[in-house]
Amino acid sequence: MMKLKLEVRGYDSTIISYLSPVLAGLLTILCGSILFYALGKSPTQTLYTFFILPISDLYGVTELFVKAAPIILCATGLTICYRANIWNIGAEGQLLMGGLIGSWVALNLLEVEGSWVLPVVIIAGMLGGTAWAAIPALLRTRFHTNEILTTIMLNYISLNILLFAVHGPLKDPGGYNFPESALFSSSETMPVLVEGTRLHFGVLLAVLAVAITWVLLSKTFIGFQIQVLGKDARSAHFAGFKESKLIWIALLFSGATSGLAGVSEVTGPIGQLIPTISPGYGYAAIIVAFLGRLHPVGIFFAGLLMALLYLGGEMVQIELGLPLAMTGLFQGMLLLFLLACDVLIRYRIVLDRTKPQETIATTNLNPASGE
Amino acid sequence: MATHTSEDVNEYRLVLEGITKQYPGCLANDHIDFKVKAGTIYAVLGENGAGKSTLMKIIYGVVKPDSGRIFWEGKETVITEPVHARNLGIGMVFQHFSLFETLTVLENIALGMNKDDAKDLDALAKKIVEVSNRYGMALEPDRPVHTLSTGERQRVEIVRCLIQDIKLLILDEPTSVLTPQEVDTLFTTLHQLAAEGTSIMFISHKLKEVQALCDFATVLRAGRVSGSCRPKEESITNMAKLMVGDETPVSHDYQKVVGGDDFLRVVDVCLSTDNPFGVILKNIDFTVKQGEILGIAGVAGNGQSELLAALSGESILDESGKILFPETDLSEQGPHIRREAGMAFVPEDRLGQGAVPDMSLSDNGLLTGFFQGMVKKGLLLPKPIRAFTRNIIKKYNVKCIDGNCMAKSLSGGNLQKFIIGREILQQPRCLIAAHPTWGVDIGAAISIHKALITLRDRGTAILIISEDIDELFTISDRMCALFHGQLSPIKPTADTTIEEVGRWMAGVFSDEEHHQVETLS
Repeated sequence: MMKLKLEVRGYDSTIISYLSPVLAGLLTILCGSILFYALGKSPTQTLYTFFILPISDLYGVTELFVKAAPIILCATGLTICYRANIWNIGAEGQLLMGGLIGSWVALNLLEVEGSWVLPVVIIAGMLGGTAWAAIPALLRTRFHTNEILTTIMLNYISLNILLFAVHGPLKDPGGYNFPESALFSSSETMPVLVEGTRLHFGVLLAVLAVAITWVLLSKTFIGFQIQVLGKDARSAHFAGFKESKLIWIALLFSGATSGLAGVSEVTGPIGQLIPTISPGYGYAAIIVAFLGRLHPVGIFFAGLLMALLYLGGEMVQIELGLPLAMTGLFQGMLLLFLLACDVLIRYRIVLDRTKPQETIATTNLNPASGE
Repeated sequence: MATHTSEDVNEYRLVLEGITKQYPGCLANDHIDFKVKAGTIYAVLGENGAGKSTLMKIIYGVVKPDSGRIFWEGKETVITEPVHARNLGIGMVFQHFSLFETLTVLENIALGMNKDDAKDLDALAKKIVEVSNRYGMALEPDRPVHTLSTGERQRVEIVRCLIQDIKLLILDEPTSVLTPQEVDTLFTTLHQLAAEGTSIMFISHKLKEVQALCDFATVLRAGRVSGSCRPKEESITNMAKLMVGDETPVSHDYQKVVGGDDFLRVVDVCLSTDNPFGVILKNIDFTVKQGEILGIAGVAGNGQSELLAALSGESILDESGKILFPETDLSEQGPHIRREAGMAFVPEDRLGQGAVPDMSLSDNGLLTGFFQGMVKKGLLLPKPIRAFTRNIIKKYNVKCIDGNCMAKSLSGGNLQKFIIGREILQQPRCLIAAHPTWGVDIGAAISIHKALITLRDRGTAILIISEDIDELFTISDRMCALFHGQLSPIKPTADTTIEEVGRWMAGVFSDEEHHQVETLS
């Protein structure tokens, strides 16, 4: 019997490491088609509705960028953390905190006019996210607490603080008791870049964040130290890089970008504080960070793909009556296939021929039985 | 392929024919033929990476050959796994022991045995005492392994093999963990075993030992048999040439010097440890002078790692200690400040401490070379980084494609040359190097020694910590030894002998004590 088996390549394949996300994408589409077929829908039509229809016009394309901006922002921060081997799962919480603090400042400045108001609101949001990320940083560096657990728990805490605020102190007094804040003034909202669309200034900030992340990782000594820490903490220690300082920098950077994502949402497409400012952007960003190979440029494109999954999920719900859970399902499949394909970076599939004698025996038998 | 008549095969206990093993990117064994007679001691010589360990693992059933045949006592045999090998009468003592530290000698030995043999522990304990005494390797069955010295642990591994009927004993670099005196004891045991008919395969790259012990030597180079000889009739230089080829010089003598002013002063350094099996440093005091090499000998696990970490700043000292360099106390400073003051370090582990495996050589140059004008206002300067790396590769003859290779793609010896070059090119005022030529081939070892001597002659204070006592005698100007976290007296190399350093390595520090031991025994 010939069997397939995995064999260590002895070196990492660069080609596969770039090909793997593409392969994962194709497998996701293949499995998605099978699923649509099983649900009694035409796979081609559903795939068209999912992936093409949302971006078939200019408005659709701008919506893609609007959706992608917060995901990309969160993913840039996560990339820095993951490069340092810090498993920050807390982008969602940092995003919510950025949105909340930004909104709080915006509501206090409702009556104030001036071009400085929006920057102040944005910076407040970034500080909110940064402060929230400082908690796991302190716990990790001071008490060696596992950051995976602390950041996940802080996500729920921040969601509940946000819900408390929007149902209580920040609720619009003239809002008929709906759980939402007053609408922000025009000097507190992100300027729209293309008339008639929702493409806002925050999208440019996301692109800027990608550029800054790229410079940080490939051009600065801090970025180098972060990568050494992630790849080999003992070497970093030997070289005298300060581990706790690097942990602080990575987590605070992630807090700032995620906070920016949150405040861009409330001052951008939403325009006020509501309970559901994020449909899980911070979690989707984890997938995006890995799908983009922890590289800023890769993240940019992976972020656009993830945004398309969100838009497509809504589109198949509207057009074909498929459940919104499709989005989560596609995200999950994408991550699963990506991890599976990544195995091929280090291993290759070979035919197992460890028992050649037996193979010879069977081939000899065949003509005999034929006669 | 050579064929044997059955008579020919029967004459030998073990015959290997055309053994080939391919690993990804490396042909470890290339058509190796080997014959083993009863009662004979064979040396398997070769540099690191020559394929010695792979061949032994094939005999012991750990690794399966891709092709080739094995005849055991005249019959063609496929050795499927170590248990199978043990049942045939093949025993192996690995370089790294496989003992449970918290269990006793008896329990450890019982664990490796068949179910039935291990049932009666009292009988087994008696047998251990009997066997170990017969071969002059006294062992107490009830001692927990963590209380044993490295030499005693090796005895456990050997006795474990001897307790079953053994026909072939394989020892993988057994002397690297022993003091010279322990080596003598081991050799007596091995001679006794051979006289009783056991075949022994002794893997080593130490030619003096091979000459003292073995009847027959087979030399491997790059996976092939490059020659064989009778070591007792052959000169060490000729054997070395078989190992490394004709073109490399195989030995060199260096002039001993007296250093200048005290430069690095280590005063009363103590270090406690969290690791239950780690070693505590006790009141370590020494100085390294300008322009001299101080060598610290010692068997692995006697506090070398702890001392290195204390000197590099990776560990924090207990309060009493001081590290003065030259006048400033650096004992509370981290590695960064110590490097800035002009110290450089060659660590114990070259991959995963001295170099990041998954990073390029350029990045690994930057790893500790960042004070050499490679960073400006927090930004990396690619040109100086590349130039620094190119310089290392050229000056220290590092074999690689270019500075973009991953560190892990280099062989151990080449990576060691890279790391030594990286540290020396920073023109340190003080260099602290651990095992500078461990696992490095002879040619590379000599070029590393030359580089260290050149650095010494430029006035750098150099501290070498090594397990290779011959190396220390070759290059150091003064010597001492570390035993259980304590430092022996320091003497100029010319005024001491290999026997005295051997006694220091075993913890006998004063001459009086030594006399006492002699009169007692």
